[in-house]
Amino acid sequence: MPDHIPDSPDLALSLDGVALGYGDFTVLQDINMAVQAGQVVAVMGGSGSGKTTLLRAATGQLPALRGQVRVFGTDIGQANGDTVQALRKRMGVLFQQGALFTDLNVFENVAFPLREHTRLPEPEVTARVLDKLDAVGLRAAAHLRVAEISGGMSRRVALARAVVLEPELILYDEPFAGLDPISMGITARLIRDLADRLHCASVLITHDVQESFAIADQVYLVGQGRLVAAGTPQTLSDSQDPYVRQFLRGEPDGPVAFQYPDTPAFRAWLAQQEGRKP
Amino acid sequence: MSGPVQALGSWVRAQVSGVGFFTRFLGALLARSGIAVSRPRLVSQQVHFIGNYSLLIIIVSGMFVGFVLGLQGYYTLNRYGSEEALGLLVALSLVRELGPVVTALLFAGRAGTSLTAEIGLMKAGEQLAAMEVMAVDPMRRVLVPRLWGGIIAMPVLAAVFSMVGILGGWVVGVLLIGVDAGAFWSQMQSGVDVWDDVANGVLKSLVFGVTVTLVALYEGWQARPTPEGVARATTRTVVVGSLAVLGLDFLLTALMFGN
Amino acid sequence: MSREKTDFWVGLFVLLGAAALVFLALRAGNLSSFSFAPTYTLTANFDNIGGLKVRAPVKSAGVVVGRVGKISFDDKVFQAVVTLDLEEGYQFPKDSSASILTSGLLGEQYVGLSAGSEEENFADGGKIRYTQSAVVLEQLISKFLYGTAEKQGSTPGN
Repeated sequence: MPDHIPDSPDLALSLDGVALGYGDFTVLQDINMAVQAGQVVAVMGGSGSGKTTLLRAATGQLPALRGQVRVFGTDIGQANGDTVQALRKRMGVLFQQGALFTDLNVFENVAFPLREHTRLPEPEVTARVLDKLDAVGLRAAAHLRVAEISGGMSRRVALARAVVLEPELILYDEPFAGLDPISMGITARLIRDLADRLHCASVLITHDVQESFAIADQVYLVGQGRLVAAGTPQTLSDSQDPYVRQFLRGEPDGPVAFQYPDTPAFRAWLAQQEGRKP
Repeated sequence: MSGPVQALGSWVRAQVSGVGFFTRFLGALLARSGIAVSRPRLVSQQVHFIGNYSLLIIIVSGMFVGFVLGLQGYYTLNRYGSEEALGLLVALSLVRELGPVVTALLFAGRAGTSLTAEIGLMKAGEQLAAMEVMAVDPMRRVLVPRLWGGIIAMPVLAAVFSMVGILGGWVVGVLLIGVDAGAFWSQMQSGVDVWDDVANGVLKSLVFGVTVTLVALYEGWQARPTPEGVARATTRTVVVGSLAVLGLDFLLTALMFGN
Repeated sequence: MSREKTDFWVGLFVLLGAAALVFLALRAGNLSSFSFAPTYTLTANFDNIGGLKVRAPVKSAGVVVGRVGKISFDDKVFQAVVTLDLEEGYQFPKDSSASILTSGLLGEQYVGLSAGSEEENFADGGKIRYTQSAVVLEQLISKFLYGTAEKQGSTPGN
């Protein structure tokens, strides 16, 4: 478990003693992470463990309560508006639902970042967009409207959109959630290919063990408000920590309890409910 | 005793903060309005969605309002032997009041709700968040073109409503009932002043355009990203927008047409 | 919808609005009688202008020859001072008279100019000497009643 992240210029993303939360409620604390260029890093954890919160911190949407979140060496939580915008242009984000713009077709969706941030001539835009669509296998779908493509396809279009500016850091929010096995395999392969080809840093927020272990260089496991484990997929597979074992093996009961904990509110409701019986 | 008073106090405070937030929202949109000049295509697309798609209902409503004005106006004026003033009655009613106000109410219902729903759903589908992380300001890219689209579309729609209404009144009054055509138009022309009546009507419709569009955008922006949230937001757009139009109409009428 | 098609429809929309505005201004409103011809100014004093308003027409022989420009009060002679903007094409002799008339029985009030017989015409800034104030309904009625009472002799009880 890394104790302190050295200030290496090579790091695309680094979290140093970070605590994250909303208002008084702290979701995560003492988080230390480092992601290098060309690495595929998986951030895993159960539902509600705070993975999406980490994503928001990395994009600068949520400032850290404590510690520093550094993107390409700059603290994004403390940066001013223009700096944040400049950093975001070097990042790509793939949202869980794709988040495609429903009033544009597939081509226009992928072209969007190019149109907003560059002054490329139209033929150049077309060439790049079709190239990225080709990389995700959807070149011939460029003319379709968003309503006409399936969920898996829209995820891939969103991926093409996220990489069209060839970012140095790509964040994937649950890229495998709700996909059929074929689509999952395709997506995993795409993620690895992009990391190798573009030499970009890739961070996967996911709870899918099998697919992510197949492509990740480094895995961080969060749970119970903190970083439970960090290391290569092999290290985690060999770990004896009970939480890690429950998670990796998918055991129903363990450190993460199966039964929802009893509360006075529940007992009061139950008494009222049973009092109603004739 | 302090319970209801406290509740009232906090409700008032919430309303005042709402007004403050709304004003800052307007300021934020105006500050980003440069894009309306640098990328006019975005604005013209919105004028199309907001204005062109409302034309049919505006024209049909204007026609029927004109018919009714012609009919009702005739019945009343006939009692005093003043049927020849029908043209003047129809024109003044439309240009000063009914044109701007009814158009604004219809606009709130048709265009306002579709704006609110669109933005609320974009918010629910994380499209606005996606834009943000792509370093594109969603307020500038999505809201500002819609604001200016509405501001441009409203006066056009109100003028079309008034014109169609006057023609409708002419159809009923002159063609069907038989009021003298010459008197219809000449009394109208001598009684309707370009600056006092027509220009003030245009000014009213501009104010209403800003108000209704702003309320629609605000409600969509603030909507909770769930189906219920969007439904409530569209309802609020119609209710708040309509009440604002009626209230402002009273104010503007007193200012413009009072002595 | 392609961008060119949208532009076309939007252009049509805006043109329709402009046409509606032109219609309202010309056919419904009084813009057609709003001439941009050059004007010259005359003033006239009245004891009572009644309901005369700024921009009311100035007519002679029933034809509109100008508009009322300004209405103010002279507190030296305690009379209303009405400024008339007349079209330069219409010249009037220096002894013309101005009266405040009502169109129809209960209509809007306007200024009527009756031409005089002098050879010289008004210059810009001239003053109309002969004026007749507006007829105020109450004064008319009381005059009528007073006149009737006089004709009938002394009232009972006097």
